[in-house]
Amino acid sequence: MSNAGVIIAGAAETDEIGRLPGHSTLGLHVQAARNAVADAGLTMKDIDGIATVSAPGPVQVAHALGIYPDWIDGTGVGGTSFLLHVRHAAAAIRAGYARTVLITHGESGRSRVGAPPYRLDLSSPAGQFEAPYGTLGPTTTFTIPALRYMKDYGLTHEQLAYVPVAQRQWAAKNPRAMFRDIITVDDVLASRIVAYPFHLLECCLVTDGGGALVVTSADRAVDFPKPPVHVLGTGEASETPMISQMIDFTESRAFRQAGEKAFAEAGITVSDVGHLMIYDAFAHVPIYGLEALGFVAKGEGGAFIADGNTEPGGALPLNTNGGGLSYTHTGMYGMFAIQEGVRQIRGEAAAQVDGPDISVILGNGGMFATAGVLVLGKRPR
Amino acid sequence: MAAKAVPVPTPETRPYWDGCAAGELRIQRCVDCGKPYFYPRPLCPSCGSDNVEWFTASGRATLYSYVINHRPAPGFEADAPYAIAVVQLAEGPRMMTSLIGVAPTPEALELDMPLRVTFEQRGDISLPVFTPAAENAEADQ
Repeated sequence: MSNAGVIIAGAAETDEIGRLPGHSTLGLHVQAARNAVADAGLTMKDIDGIATVSAPGPVQVAHALGIYPDWIDGTGVGGTSFLLHVRHAAAAIRAGYARTVLITHGESGRSRVGAPPYRLDLSSPAGQFEAPYGTLGPTTTFTIPALRYMKDYGLTHEQLAYVPVAQRQWAAKNPRAMFRDIITVDDVLASRIVAYPFHLLECCLVTDGGGALVVTSADRAVDFPKPPVHVLGTGEASETPMISQMIDFTESRAFRQAGEKAFAEAGITVSDVGHLMIYDAFAHVPIYGLEALGFVAKGEGGAFIADGNTEPGGALPLNTNGGGLSYTHTGMYGMFAIQEGVRQIRGEAAAQVDGPDISVILGNGGMFATAGVLVLGKRPR
Repeated sequence: MAAKAVPVPTPETRPYWDGCAAGELRIQRCVDCGKPYFYPRPLCPSCGSDNVEWFTASGRATLYSYVINHRPAPGFEADAPYAIAVVQLAEGPRMMTSLIGVAPTPEALELDMPLRVTFEQRGDISLPVFTPAAENAEADQ
């Protein structure tokens, strides 16, 4: 089965991202949807498929937009969900279940307007076997594997601190990024410790915002105002609902599994990739991602970034919007990683790299719980 | 001040918590393929068999990884900063835990250091936590 016949025809974020107390979670979905449908030169009447995560969920979002869809996907597996929605939409379009799918994200992650309260069920496995030990969200769980990696592969605190340093260089070129001032390794190591070994500047932002995509068949590419972005390959995987049960703390099985599927479907290797996005909730995640996708050998990801390979002027532009560490992170950042991949392929990014034919996006869900990978291209295969 | 989270057992996990109440770390293993596993669940995650049994683990473990958390969860305010650890049981499975009887500092917490289980009362629940066990280092050699 091939993905060659599916494109992203519309892509847009909310008018603003950052701190938006004047918008609810649903309001951010609606605004992002309006912008993406307009970007595709369409109207809501053209949409016959809807995908988004729960809260507020696809039924609510579709209804708020006046859409009565023939196809619905409510896959909610964390911040990578939107990459999975693209994959599922591609399959639905090939199967004839839908013709034009709208994928939306909106999250009042910082202001918590119209956002559901966070509450962990203490009878769930995580509630019984992790929460009693004082976990409190991603800063206390997603971070735990890092020390094992550091001991086994010699990653230094300075190399870990260089990840946000490299990404800030991209953010400095992006007027929409929340943090744009250049920082140094010393700045990172001097920021307060959130959960050792992680300092504040090694943790992602918490913001409000949204984004949306319009996915359709490539044979309609001429109908749209923007150049088509071809969905060449996709992958998805899950590993563990609890960080303590991650198979090997030095590598993500889900990242690798999803990447292998996507690269094989697209028929590409790492040398074909001109632009890369790796979900960076914390500084170690891009290191795990580079290794899982095969860009570097196991244990070399930290040195690869610290040597300048992923920053402006480097061989492998990575997280060119500034990433979750500097650009924005609503809580489910995957949508913003896709948006930057689309912008780079179209040639309209704030920090545009030199004409990449292929952009790869690796999304993470939960704490190394799930993964999605998209291979996007300027041309069909 | 909010209280620390107290786990709510389910039918599948009740034998584990009953073990803790008796001062034993009881986990499951597969009778067919022989592999021990944690967390409690009805099927062997290695081979899918439902022919599984409970047994009492040694309580010996090593420190696999951790963070030292400076932003306390509700009820943990007086403990901060505190370590949230993942330990590897001598039998193989890993579990999250707290570390007691040791300073929550990078200097004191060395990966792979030997630990042994002990129990802490939390509401109606006896919660397994781990503490340094220097004697294990010699016993293992």
